Amino acid sequence: MEQEKHHIVGYKVYIYVLLALLVLTGLSVAVTSIELGALTVAVALILAATKGALVLTYFMHLKFDSLMFRVMVSLVLAVFAVVLVVTLLDYLYM
Amino acid sequence: MELHRDDTASKLGMWLFIFTELLLFGGLFIVYSVFRYKNSQAFHLAAEELDTFIGTVNTVILLISSMTIAMSVTAIQKKNKKLTLILLSITQVLALAFMVNKYFEWGAKIEHGLFPGSSSLADLGHGDVLFFGLYFAMTGLHAFHIIVGMIFIGWIMVYVAKDKQSHDNYALLENSGLYWHLVDLIWIFLFPLFYLII
Repeated sequence: MEQEKHHIVGYKVYIYVLLALLVLTGLSVAVTSIELGALTVAVALILAATKGALVLTYFMHLKFDSLMFRVMVSLVLAVFAVVLVVTLLDYLYM
Repeated sequence: MELHRDDTASKLGMWLFIFTELLLFGGLFIVYSVFRYKNSQAFHLAAEELDTFIGTVNTVILLISSMTIAMSVTAIQKKNKKLTLILLSITQVLALAFMVNKYFEWGAKIEHGLFPGSSSLADLGHGDVLFFGLYFAMTGLHAFHIIVGMIFIGWIMVYVAKDKQSHDNYALLENSGLYWHLVDLIWIFLFPLFYLII
């Protein structure tokens, strides 16, 4: 059986991704040490989501794999988002 | 007859497992959100008990270990077996360092009487009981995944050493990497929610 061709990701790409992740970590520690109330939570979660996206895209090879994987991951994240939002709306208006 | 192998299906199976893990931790994150919403003051004060420094160090450790295992896939694709094993060894050492930090972190909490079921925690009130209950449950479940990951990666290292994983057959190594990145991904969200948002 013929295996499909694989994309080889260079070491440098991973080093750049790590540097970006470390900068984002530093940023989230710095930002959350300032008390901004609800804004702090929002900023911390946006930074975490950005880090998560980098891990999924590069470390987990979603950028280089077939479209099927990207579609599946998006669907699962969408399902989770719906459950989260519906639950929180329920508590917010209870 | 050549043995049939389907690397895409193997990866697909790993992703399906990862989805169940995302929903498992996702459920816990929803529980955290609701309890935090209902006990925001107590969560705010309780989170100050956590050591941001250890949390940050462990974040950096996991991010680096994710990079080294990602690089090990590149190394095996380039037929560099020695580098593959070195990168996997670094990942293992970093995983162990994470667990050592966790041991000291949990130890300090338990020493201060902050553990589920302790009477001094019960005195602090309902919100603190919920916060530390979730803290131990979620970081504990995550630490359990680290231990499983170390066993998984150790097993793959044996396969690489015995040439059962090679430049044209590395689906298992790739899958162990995916699992390790999942562990990293979960920590990326645990870290700000428990250590930073205070």
